[in-house]
Amino acid sequence: MVSPSQAPSQTQQPAAGTPPAASPPATSPPGGVAGSGGSAFGAQAQQAGLNIVVLDPAHGGTDPGARGTGGIRESEIVLDFVIQVRRALELQGFQVVQTRQGNENPSFDDRSATANAQRGAVFVTLHISSTGLPGTARVYVNSDLPPVGDSNGLIPWDRAQAPFLGLSRTFGDLVQGYLTQRFKGSPDAAQTASVRQLRTTAAPAIAVEVSSVTVEDRADLDRMAPGVADAIARGAAAFKPSYVVPNTRGALP
Amino acid sequence: MTPRWKFWLIGGLVIAVLAAAIYFPILRRRVKRAAKLQQQSEEQARRELTQPIAINPGDPRVKTKLFWASDTIESTLVPVTVELPLSNDPVMRSKQVLNTLLAGPVDAELRTLPPDALLLAFYLLPDGTAIADFSEALATSIPSGIVSEQLAVNSIARTLEANVPQVQRLKILIHGQEVETLAGHLDLAEAFVVNTKPAQPSVKPAPAQSSTDKPATPASDKAPAPAPGPLTADKPPGKLAQPERKP
Repeated sequence: MVSPSQAPSQTQQPAAGTPPAASPPATSPPGGVAGSGGSAFGAQAQQAGLNIVVLDPAHGGTDPGARGTGGIRESEIVLDFVIQVRRALELQGFQVVQTRQGNENPSFDDRSATANAQRGAVFVTLHISSTGLPGTARVYVNSDLPPVGDSNGLIPWDRAQAPFLGLSRTFGDLVQGYLTQRFKGSPDAAQTASVRQLRTTAAPAIAVEVSSVTVEDRADLDRMAPGVADAIARGAAAFKPSYVVPNTRGALP
Repeated sequence: MTPRWKFWLIGGLVIAVLAAAIYFPILRRRVKRAAKLQQQSEEQARRELTQPIAINPGDPRVKTKLFWASDTIESTLVPVTVELPLSNDPVMRSKQVLNTLLAGPVDAELRTLPPDALLLAFYLLPDGTAIADFSEALATSIPSGIVSEQLAVNSIARTLEANVPQVQRLKILIHGQEVETLAGHLDLAEAFVVNTKPAQPSVKPAPAQSSTDKPATPASDKAPAPAPGPLTADKPPGKLAQPERKP
């Protein structure tokens, strides 16, 4: 696991060919809690930038995820994908943390906890679907959640994603844009869905789902891995300027 | 031991063995019959519990929108309009439309729900929260993935939205239990918003049809136009509605 304090300096520029940086997100979500960016910590809070990407190869262990007729298992493929995504992100200057390294199956909360322990991180969970047009990839951000309105400065665990939905949408649209350039037939923008893994993640978080395990030859999926890795890395690099993280742990974006 | 005692002992043993030999097959038959009876009664009980709600021909025929997968646009739903005699009671009506949805379209490729899934129970709370309890097959037989799971829940939510205005929110249970996800992805911990409009007291029946009319089938009455846009939480009416606090 990587400590945020070990993060490299924030001089990394978006890769050549990246689209213009997304507009800065709202400074405070509706009903934001005390301790959010501009209130409790005010101008004293130093700002840090995005430097860590938490990669989550979904499923694992006794949960193989989607299974194809040719013996393709989602849990194995996403782990292979993550290796390539990690390499692409490191080339962009990001530090990468994985929720699992091998064939384990951490709980949803454990995976979120890995991300929530970082500061200045984004979260990407990788999936392979059972259905959908083969050769396409979709990005999902979590559906709207009730705003966090507590005045104690704490974000409820089961709605941890709520303050980050706008940022997640920006990040998701960027990654989806790059995916659509590579994989024709993919949607133009990120979709919304109630994805369990995203709800408890207190960071800009997206799910990337590649179609699908129904391909006859696993090589068809393997060929998609470099494109998916490149899209995520370029998306993260393009998103970086729009994500300013308060330097105080627990503060909201 | 005297020879007389030996004779009686051996004789008794022989009689016991013979009796066992005769009785054992009878016992086996009885055990098998009992097991079969138990199995039948369980099956009977299950059938009674999950029996599709009978359509009452006396109920007004209503144009009913059922949402199944589009055969032209990948991973989207289209409304299929059929005419069904539906009850005015919202619970009965919900059961009728959901059972018809579960029965599936003529083209099995366009199913959104597993063919072996059953609606076990349906409740409607006074605040408009519906609780739909499905058999385990809904979770175990559905293709795993965000796309397929979202399509399944959306087809349920949108079918209720279109036909039962009293349903405001939908909570899905699997075999009477709250579950974290449908099949590893879609969050079932919260209730989904189905209708944001106030409930209408009743629904106008469709114009009466003569008995010689061709009975409506999902495939023949398929609406030509797909539902607008992909199913997302923020694109009504196709939204996979936002989760709320647990009821």
